[in-house]
Amino acid sequence: MSQLDSTPGIARRSSKDRLASWRRTPIFYPLIGFIVVFIAMALINDNFLTASNQVNLARQTSIIAIIAVGMSLAILTGGIDLSVGPVMALSGTVMAGLMVAGVPPSLAILLGILVGAGFGAFNGFFVAFAGMPPIIVTLATMGIARGLGLIYTGGYPISGLPPEFAFFGRGSLAGIETPILIMISVYALGFVLLHHTATGRYLYAIGGNEEATRLSGIRVSRYKLLVYTLSGTTAAIAGLILTSRLMSGQPNAGVGFELDAIAAVVLGGAAITGGRGMILGTLVGAMLLGVLNNGLNLMGVSPYLQNVIKGLIILLAIYISRKRTP
Amino acid sequence: MTPLLSLRHISKSFPGVRALQDVSLDVHAGEVHALLGENGAGKSTLMKILCGIYQQDEGEISINGETRHFNGYQDALDAGIGIIFQEFSLIPDLDAVDNIFLGRELRNKFGLRDRRRMIAEAQRLFDRLKVSIPLDRHIVDLSVADQQFIEIAKALSLNARLLVLDEPTATLTPSEADHLFTIMRKLREQQVGMVFISHHMEEIFTICDRVTVMRDGAKVHDCDVAATTPDDLIEKMVGRRVENLYPEQRCDADYNDVVLDVESLRLDAQGPEHSLKLHRGEILGFAGLVGSGRTELAMGLIGATRPTHAKIRMEGKPAKLRHPATALKLGIGLLPESRKIQGLILPFSCRDNISLNNLAQFQGTLPLIKRRQESSTAAALMESVRVKAPSPETPVGDLSGGNQQKVVIARWLGHQCKVLIFDEPTRGIDVGAKSEIYALMKELTARGVSIIMISSELPEILGLCDRAAVFYQGRIAAELQGDDLNSQSIMHYATGGLSS
Repeated sequence: MSQLDSTPGIARRSSKDRLASWRRTPIFYPLIGFIVVFIAMALINDNFLTASNQVNLARQTSIIAIIAVGMSLAILTGGIDLSVGPVMALSGTVMAGLMVAGVPPSLAILLGILVGAGFGAFNGFFVAFAGMPPIIVTLATMGIARGLGLIYTGGYPISGLPPEFAFFGRGSLAGIETPILIMISVYALGFVLLHHTATGRYLYAIGGNEEATRLSGIRVSRYKLLVYTLSGTTAAIAGLILTSRLMSGQPNAGVGFELDAIAAVVLGGAAITGGRGMILGTLVGAMLLGVLNNGLNLMGVSPYLQNVIKGLIILLAIYISRKRTP
Repeated sequence: MTPLLSLRHISKSFPGVRALQDVSLDVHAGEVHALLGENGAGKSTLMKILCGIYQQDEGEISINGETRHFNGYQDALDAGIGIIFQEFSLIPDLDAVDNIFLGRELRNKFGLRDRRRMIAEAQRLFDRLKVSIPLDRHIVDLSVADQQFIEIAKALSLNARLLVLDEPTATLTPSEADHLFTIMRKLREQQVGMVFISHHMEEIFTICDRVTVMRDGAKVHDCDVAATTPDDLIEKMVGRRVENLYPEQRCDADYNDVVLDVESLRLDAQGPEHSLKLHRGEILGFAGLVGSGRTELAMGLIGATRPTHAKIRMEGKPAKLRHPATALKLGIGLLPESRKIQGLILPFSCRDNISLNNLAQFQGTLPLIKRRQESSTAAALMESVRVKAPSPETPVGDLSGGNQQKVVIARWLGHQCKVLIFDEPTRGIDVGAKSEIYALMKELTARGVSIIMISSELPEILGLCDRAAVFYQGRIAAELQGDDLNSQSIMHYATGGLSS
């Protein structure tokens, strides 16, 4: 036993080791980047730090942040999910349509989320069991989901939703905005899944070396199916918040959201090739994007220029993260 | 006479390993120089330095008496060195001509590829070697021997004056090897110098003029081939370690207890039907040449490739192997051939690699992993296989090959496996770690685990196995045991010899 006790890593670690290992985690640089940008925005804009702006910021960020949880899982396994924006819109319009047709909101929400999960499972089937590349599968289903949403709504927003439905996008509970509460819950679940369950470990393993994972007796296909199902589910949850906030089901919502979600994941320190990343990193990445959007808006920077600035910051962030990881 | 190639006092270290120590080697024009040594003796490292893939820490390389510095493969090519690697560097979906001229295509006056001239040029090269190769067929459709001849032709077309042939005969049939030797004699007449790496003594005495023996990263001997004997060379090559490399011969097999009974198994509809029995505590060797179908059968045995037909019994009960996960449940595990590609999750720590398929045992009522329990189990397993690593948290990619292999072994020790398949368990591992791995395998059989060991190294099969199945062209050609288990009979069946 004395041998065991002397093994570092199980025994107590010195604070220096702790710092070194903290620096190696994928979240270290994203967090520093976030703090730097946050402070910069606070110095430039007087209005940035006001409570109302901070709440606004968190609410704006929540939708992309929630989608990015599912995206993190897909990217972690070496895949990607391009269909999240249209799936979000489809789920949202289904919820809206059902409620307008008289279905009670709770049931409508459940069915809407099931639509998202089912669509994700549809993606997952082709990726996991037909062995098709995720980028191709979800590129195809991206069009299918968008098309289905437009067919369902006839191309028009669905409004006239019951007032109590506004709770999810505009309400609050115990003084905290509902979208923020939902975001925190989704991240908490994602964190536990990824870092404290066997399933989470398998997802990292699949991204790190799929063949080795399979040969050691893990049913890789099942976990891939799960990943895309969860990605569809988080997109549907984002659809719930968006539909509630707008109080209408928008078939054209979420254009380009897949790119923001991917950016959040990668800014959060995940490797686009899989196997490396942390769920809290994704949250930091999403908040970094949110702060940029919010701050640039407050500064009155033109939306055209905002796109350029955001793109350059993403390039810079990934360049830095590449250089430190060989 | 100035040697064509002169390597002087070459040393090279990798983190934690002294790969080469003060090695010198001269090769003259028109000489075939054998480089002999066990796996891990430093031959490959030396050749990689020669062709600019690694840079030496100390020492110098000179060509025709002129000192050269190679910063990359291209520098070596420019200096007239051609190397035929064990894994070919041909593009499988191009034909011979396109491969030979890859990156330096001949052009016509419009700047387009001049295929006619390239064909003529390629034909001239093959004529020089006296080989006929279909010029318009894709590389994938050619035999291994033809591919090798194309590699040689390609090297010659780059004006190579020195050819390095790294175990060229390992994947050839005897008649193909003879053809290769004819070509080598032809090249010798044309004053090409050659470094020939092989484990086969008779080949060295057939084709080589001089021999250099390496052991543990150092040169231990060099002489004219005519002035030595095979036994002499083996002694130099293996040194004093020969007697304690393998654990004491002791048979743990219980031949009355069949653990895995493969009555019939077909990997594909046209393929041969395999059958074999594995007994408790037995080490069964899968011997044969590279590509003889051993790994394929192993993959079928764990369900990684789904057989078209299988009738298998595990401890007397009919078993279906559909996926490595079902094999794991039955207690069958595979330690794959290529640790880094098929065995390890390189970004993972030792602990995470070891517990990868053991996680269920660290869960309570909730499906959450108990970290503390996981870490202490992993540490105990590392201890039991003597992994040398600073901590269980160390990324497995930082370890040496031998320690990486031990991590893979530790993963399977976490299960109460009944059958373990080791595919080339000591490839690329130094001698010391090898004997530790052999000892571990014996510890396992003493505990009643049955082992299948795939190995291309005869001494390993002879030193460790209780019984061996010899593969030839996808089927088991013979099963050898007792006095019949010797190198002559293994080579006989592995190269297509019939039962006598």
